[in-house]
Amino acid sequence: MAKKESTFGSMVITLFVVTAVAALALAYVHKITEEPIRKAQEAKLKKALTQVLPQFDSIAITKVKPVDGPDSLTFYRATKGGENIGTAVKTYTNKGFSGHFEILVGFQPDGTIINTAVLKHTETPGLGDKMDAKKSNFPLQFMGKNPADFKLAVTKDGGDVDAITAATISSRAFCDAVDRAYKTFMKEGGNHE
Amino acid sequence: MNNMQNFTKGFIKENPVFVLLLGMCPTLGVTSSAINGLGMGLATTFVLVMSNLVVSLVKNQIPDKVRIPSFIVIIASFVTIVDLLMAGYAPALHEQLGLFIPLIVVNCIVLGRAEAFASRNTVGSSVIDGLGMGLGFAFALTILGAAREILGAGRVFGINLHMFPEGIDGMLVFILAPGAFIVLGYLIALINKINKA
Repeated sequence: MAKKESTFGSMVITLFVVTAVAALALAYVHKITEEPIRKAQEAKLKKALTQVLPQFDSIAITKVKPVDGPDSLTFYRATKGGENIGTAVKTYTNKGFSGHFEILVGFQPDGTIINTAVLKHTETPGLGDKMDAKKSNFPLQFMGKNPADFKLAVTKDGGDVDAITAATISSRAFCDAVDRAYKTFMKEGGNHE
Repeated sequence: MNNMQNFTKGFIKENPVFVLLLGMCPTLGVTSSAINGLGMGLATTFVLVMSNLVVSLVKNQIPDKVRIPSFIVIIASFVTIVDLLMAGYAPALHEQLGLFIPLIVVNCIVLGRAEAFASRNTVGSSVIDGLGMGLGFAFALTILGAAREILGAGRVFGINLHMFPEGIDGMLVFILAPGAFIVLGYLIALINKINKA
């Protein structure tokens, strides 16, 4: 078969056909993967929620404007037998070593931190990624602490948090994210429904 | 060149990473562990085979002057398909490689093989070329990832080798970017030695 000539008409038609076929193929793949992708993301969030909250029956989700920062935080209020047992706050910071990252912080109704979980980050492997409980004990120091008498800043800045060795910026950012969650949580009133 | 030579050339003689030095961005970026290298390599293999197949099928229908944009659209579509499938069915791997999957589009190997091989050869040999080159790429990335993981974390494929004393994680530099260059340099030297022998 001879090669097609590069005329204006043939070029326009070729590019149109190529992009149209590509668009159709992608639309189809998107349709069949939409469900599994949503499920995978839900499973991940659910796992993080069980990590940072006591055992719960149901969860109420609300979006809350933070005390500072541009994007809203998501509150997951957990109840068991109708009683408020804690709230997980999806919070973020833009001060990470590679910018933005997201963590989930669980609070008891009085503001005491239950646990933390890292949701999404691009911090340096081997250094900043130690903020994940799977990689180091750094996040354990937050467990059971109430930020009312536990200053959420690294010791270098006069706070109570021991920074990760060689990852002070990531540690500071982690404190920033927890602090934003705590302040917003307290402003919203941890106790009411 | 027979089919067997066509297939095996990607491993040592024309290895995309060690000899052609193509696609350095994902090579250096993702190979912090063996499993990442393998995952990236297999994703690239899929894209290479499929784009070589399609390009060799439509090569006579595409006018010369618009062949590059057409090839890019074909390649980008397959990359997006891989990205979606991985996000849906292998979320853990997708989380590790997420940033790099879209970059397969700009990986010189894929467009390079479409332009230099698939647009001039039959469908059969183009698929074999894509498979050989892709697996050669996966092979190189896995070796690079394994070497860096062993030196940097004392593990391979996540299995602890207990080669470092208790409390020492390994030589961090090999996990970070400079280590990628150092290991790649030594591997290229080794492959050159094998090819000359």
